[in-house]
Amino acid sequence: MRPKQPRSNVILPDAGGSPARIGRRSLLGFGAALTGSLALGGRPAIADPSQESPPADAPWSQSMGAGVVDRPYGRPADSEASVIRRNVPWLTASTESSVSFSPLQDLHGIITPNGLFFERHHAGRPDIDPAQHKLMIHGLIERPLLLTMKDILRFPSTSRIHFIECPANGGMNWRAAQLNSLQFSHGMVSCAEWTGVKLSTLLEETGIKKEAKWAMVEGADGAHMNRSIPLDKCLDDCLVVYAQNGEALRPEQGYPLRLVVPGWEGNVNIKWLRRIKLGEKPWHTREETSKYTDLMPDGTSRGFTWLMDAKSVVTFPCPEKPLDGPGLYEIRGLAWAGTGKVKRVDVSVDGGINWQTARLHEPVLSKALTKFTLPWRWDGSPALVASRVIDEAGYVQPTIAELRKRRGSNSIYHNNSIQTWQVKPDGSVFNVQLA
Amino acid sequence: MFSSRKISLAACALLVAAGSLARAAEPGSFGYGKPATPAQIAGWDIDVRGEDGAGLPAGKGTVDRGAEVYAEQCAACHGTFGEGEGRFPKLVGGVGSLRDERPEPTVGSYWPFAPTLWDYINRAMPMPTPHTLSSDDVYALTAYILHLNDLVPPEFVADRNSLPKVKMRNRDSFIWTDPRPDTTAKPCMNACVNAADVRISSTAEGRNLTPRTTGPLDTMQPK
Ligand code: HEC
Repeated sequence: MRPKQPRSNVILPDAGGSPARIGRRSLLGFGAALTGSLALGGRPAIADPSQESPPADAPWSQSMGAGVVDRPYGRPADSEASVIRRNVPWLTASTESSVSFSPLQDLHGIITPNGLFFERHHAGRPDIDPAQHKLMIHGLIERPLLLTMKDILRFPSTSRIHFIECPANGGMNWRAAQLNSLQFSHGMVSCAEWTGVKLSTLLEETGIKKEAKWAMVEGADGAHMNRSIPLDKCLDDCLVVYAQNGEALRPEQGYPLRLVVPGWEGNVNIKWLRRIKLGEKPWHTREETSKYTDLMPDGTSRGFTWLMDAKSVVTFPCPEKPLDGPGLYEIRGLAWAGTGKVKRVDVSVDGGINWQTARLHEPVLSKALTKFTLPWRWDGSPALVASRVIDEAGYVQPTIAELRKRRGSNSIYHNNSIQTWQVKPDGSVFNVQLA
Repeated sequence: MFSSRKISLAACALLVAAGSLARAAEPGSFGYGKPATPAQIAGWDIDVRGEDGAGLPAGKGTVDRGAEVYAEQCAACHGTFGEGEGRFPKLVGGVGSLRDERPEPTVGSYWPFAPTLWDYINRAMPMPTPHTLSSDDVYALTAYILHLNDLVPPEFVADRNSLPKVKMRNRDSFIWTDPRPDTTAKPCMNACVNAADVRISSTAEGRNLTPRTTGPLDTMQPK
């Protein structure tokens, strides 16, 4: 909250440290003394908001701003109020089992600010007391263990930057181009620096029995969300994390503890993690049978399709950020791959007839969002802008037509196809698909 | 005053400690936390394996009892006969629809394992008060929903022995190994398609499905 002082009075600590009231007049006089000579003898006029600046000073240049700890936990500028997670109200029966999308059109780097990280809950966001939260590790291990948050914080810590993407990201585009928005077509991906303990460290501490091949991981939310993960993946690169971009996890992201399974579909990155059980076989939970399986045109379904295949999207221009007349622009975008690093991104402005290789921006990290740009002189004629990523393994992001040829259009998940934006001569941008 | 020798010795000691922290391959070498007791484990150990029902608890439930609990606790969202109210999920139907233009995956048409149904109702339902039903009532509800789907007869009694034996319709249609990558696009750079063949097959323009992306959150519901 701003201090409730009349605008003309400000509080400054005097030499003794106690607040002293200074009238507006004395402050203005102070300003005038400093600027008087520059202003050719006259005091600069108090800003007139109707006058374009420069040359006039804006009001915030002729007054004092709010002091430190005015906002003890900072927040974005008021003018950024539109940059928020958004949902599609008609998509789900209730917001408790639903999803919100990250505003990719307004993000400029590879790190998603914590308040803008996409959400996917199955029983709402629990608000957990960390003092009561515990992690149980049991099953095919030597020493069943119950850990408090204090215990977990004592283990050697690791920080790594990884994306998390819901496999239904882009699901609404399987059948046709439906939502005219970058936020709603691609906003179920976000990326953060995660800090916690390697899952391998915890499992080695408990001792793994020879017969163990799988882990069942479970949340403390109302859904008691649970998934099966092969032990190999657990020991490879999974993290049990308590921090996100340097601060404690946000409640929406699993506070106080979540699993991060780098490069794999969001749903297995169990939030509010409370239990890990090792076993010989997978569990075939509801979330890996009824959901998060991919229905093929022949009626069979693919299960255990955890990997997030390489994907990229142009984030400027996009439906939310049209072009402002012909001229030089920087096409911007994000690329990521569940297999490892992004090797290359190509951009086309003519619907895939010709492609140019974009510049990748450092850091290019494994299983993390990677930024790319390409300068583009737009002459005002219709354009079809698209990007195509190639991962380290040489896998090339497919077109939606190629994906449909293999998988039909009812598989809901894992649509990693090339996104095409149609740019019209007036600069407006539309989500389209090419035949 | 510290001598430089003392400093380097202290640094060495730190390094050794850090090294042992990082290695820690022996179980229990950190020694943090407490052993989970059998009673504690029993309190949280709720998982059930779909394929063979491992983990199903004692108890049982009939279709009739299931109908009673269902009417009280489930019908408001899932419909009296599992038809689903509004956008809440259907629990019946869709049999034979999986190859259709608009498939309807449900317990009856899609789920491969019956024990998974017990597990999911037990852990996640009823949505407003999850994990509050007795094991017997979860068995009863499972029996009722399987019966609604014509998977078991009206006299069926669900328990840890009977559930794994229920043959689900879609049991054999899942492939549990990932066949991807299943596309083999090549990164062509120039003249990759004929200009004449570049055709827009669908556009989101004018569909009126997109909530607004500026200003306050949208509450739109398309007709
Ligand atoms: C307040 C509404 C509500 C009530 C009451 C409710 N459910 Fe649900 N149910 C849901 C929602 C929403 C989902 C989907 C949740 C998700 O996917 O995250 C669901 C999912 C299910 C599913 C899985 C469907 C599928 O095909 O994957 C089953 C089975 C189920 N509920 C059974 C029950 C039973 C049994 C009860 C009563 C004990 C019950 N539900 C009460 C809202 C409700």
